[in-house]
Amino acid sequence: MYRSQVLICGGTGCTSSSSEKIINAMQVAIDNAGLNEEVKVVKTGCFGLCALGPIVIVYPEGCFYSRVTPEDAEEIVNEHLLKGRIVKRLIYDETIDNANDTIKSLNETPFYKSQKRIALRNCGVINPENIDEYIANDGYAALGKALTEMTPAEVIQTVLDSGLRGRGGAGFPTGLKWKFAAGNDADQKYVCCNADEGDPGAFMDRSILEGDPHALIEAMAIAGYAIGANQGYIYVRAEYPIAVNRLKIALKQAREYGLLGKNIFDTGFDFDLDVRLGAGAFVCGEETALMTSIEGKRGEPRPRPPFPAVKGLFGKPTILNNVETYANIAQIILNGAEWFASMGTEKSKGTKVFALGGNIKHTGLVEVPMGTTLRQIVEEIGGGIPSGKKFKAAQTGGPSGGCIPASLMDVEIDYDNLLAIGSMMGSGGLIVMDEDTCMVDIAKFFLEFTVDESCGKCTPCRVGTRRMLELLTKITDGKADMEDLEKLEALCDYIKENSLCGLGQTAPNPVISTLRYFRDEYIAHIQDKKCPAGACKNLLNFSVVKDSCFGCGMCARSCPADAIFVTDYVAPGKKKPAYEIDTAKCIKCGACIGTCKFNAIIKK
Amino acid sequence: MLKKISTLPFDGTPEQEAKLVEYINGIRDQQGCLMPIMQEAQAIYGYLPLEAQQIIARELEISVEEVYGIATFYAQFALTPKGKYNISVCLGTACYVKGAQALVDRITQVLGIAPDECTADGKFSLEACRCIGACGLAPVLTINDDVYGRLTDKDIDDILKKYE
Repeated sequence: MYRSQVLICGGTGCTSSSSEKIINAMQVAIDNAGLNEEVKVVKTGCFGLCALGPIVIVYPEGCFYSRVTPEDAEEIVNEHLLKGRIVKRLIYDETIDNANDTIKSLNETPFYKSQKRIALRNCGVINPENIDEYIANDGYAALGKALTEMTPAEVIQTVLDSGLRGRGGAGFPTGLKWKFAAGNDADQKYVCCNADEGDPGAFMDRSILEGDPHALIEAMAIAGYAIGANQGYIYVRAEYPIAVNRLKIALKQAREYGLLGKNIFDTGFDFDLDVRLGAGAFVCGEETALMTSIEGKRGEPRPRPPFPAVKGLFGKPTILNNVETYANIAQIILNGAEWFASMGTEKSKGTKVFALGGNIKHTGLVEVPMGTTLRQIVEEIGGGIPSGKKFKAAQTGGPSGGCIPASLMDVEIDYDNLLAIGSMMGSGGLIVMDEDTCMVDIAKFFLEFTVDESCGKCTPCRVGTRRMLELLTKITDGKADMEDLEKLEALCDYIKENSLCGLGQTAPNPVISTLRYFRDEYIAHIQDKKCPAGACKNLLNFSVVKDSCFGCGMCARSCPADAIFVTDYVAPGKKKPAYEIDTAKCIKCGACIGTCKFNAIIKK
Repeated sequence: MLKKISTLPFDGTPEQEAKLVEYINGIRDQQGCLMPIMQEAQAIYGYLPLEAQQIIARELEISVEEVYGIATFYAQFALTPKGKYNISVCLGTACYVKGAQALVDRITQVLGIAPDECTADGKFSLEACRCIGACGLAPVLTINDDVYGRLTDKDIDDILKKYE
């Protein structure tokens, strides 16, 4: 029995800032203090509050240490674990109750208070590399219940009644998908998982894989039982090495415990899983493209019907769900459909995980009931925008989604409301932008992405997105006229209507939504040749504030275009003559700003 | 996806080829084995030279076009060798709004290479990648296995100096 447990985050964010070294340093310090019988170090998955990483939590006190370094490990052991004195300087400030000079539970902090964790329930709580910890938290109980107490039809009905919709993007009812696949007779069926989280800025699937891999395995086995499949594939991004590794460990342990393989729970049900590594193609998030990729081919989508439930992987009936969708399944089976359906809005049940990123204080993962407003997520949970800047927009749905302006912050977020305001849920990436972000530049950023990622199979997407990008570039270069804007809008409609798959059909969304809410910015670029946010390089001019210039000449030496020359003017109080920039020669690389020690060069 | 193709001579060894063939023989009966094989080939050679694609095609008795078609489709397959230190700047949305483009610009300025290029001495290569999932540390870049987060363009020079 241990008297204390030290939980250290081993997710990608914290590992990137040396949490592995902290784990080692902590273990060494604990051994040195002779506490190895009393204190246990646990490497967990992601706690969600990535902005404060690396994170260390000491239980039973629930003491939340943030931005810990390996050098701090010894102090935490000697002070906190040995002498019982909390290391105040490392404590996350919002967990300190100043009135009583005590610490608050994490669940009372603004970041965690409004959250409801179902998909992320085990992330940051258990050691994901130890199946026993998962089992101790009701793990595999749902699989047992499904196999021994429920018929496949009952499992499907439960999922259907829960109202669970696909968490990967479009929000198709999960139970319906399963029902279709179950209804097709075939000698072989497949269960697939889309863990190829391609939406840049979304990382909830990675966190679940890293923090609770068995939840996915259990849910896929339940899905296999429900539709009559005995083989599954997890298609996971190769860019997620930690996730792939933990998944493989989890699969091995599940096989050793007989929870995968032949005759599971002595019920005669066989099921096994294979991992396939994605190779970096956004289009493979589209279900038919993903299956083509598992088959070892170019991941190009194909027309539907036939739907995968009829003819999917290797031509057999297949269901494909996203990681977060699966992460809800075991809880639905255990707690019942009614429990799940009691959360959320009328048409969107349960919770949704959002990856908060961009210009926000608490970057990280949050799971909230459907119907929570954007304002709550950004201001309460996310802690608002740092440095006191103004909120401009939030982008959801990645390259397929749109921007939500400040005026719509009180809209309750669910699938249908987001669609109505011109965005979409997507996988749940939520990027906050402040007043320094140019909305035309953001639209261009997403179009660059889709041009790069268009698979090339159908013309509207392959050629159309490229033309759109050219028009957007013309606008941000200050070379466009109003007619170009009309062309851009016409192209948006055309591509939306005529593309083969979801990638092309949604590719114009970033442009459409920014045009809808920030049209004045487009017009400022076109008519006034100005970028209001000061982000579009070609509409900016660099100049020297001569009265601030010390005449050191660093800028002129750093200029690759020899565009900076010395003048005759000596500013009051300075000894050397000031410099000036020849705007005709300037290539706007910004090198001079980087080298000027006196902030005498400005762009506007 | 448009890809730059290496013009450097192939310097694979017979040992590498034997290792690849052995891997192919162990997995060839599995449905959809081509991509795992190509991923292994890239792990063996460090990139996916045309010669390695030819070995795969020969062993699986498929056309080299099929292998090449897949190699050019997926971002992960590199047809040019990487530098001793491969710098990968994340241009995912979260990093982009926090100024990742300025990092790329600064690296290009210092090293004189654009994304997907390698310095003449083979020391540094630069690539832009899509989201490594460390959005909490945005903007982020990696050099081989080292991750650097919460950066500004002013940090670049010091970071690069560590690899001189």
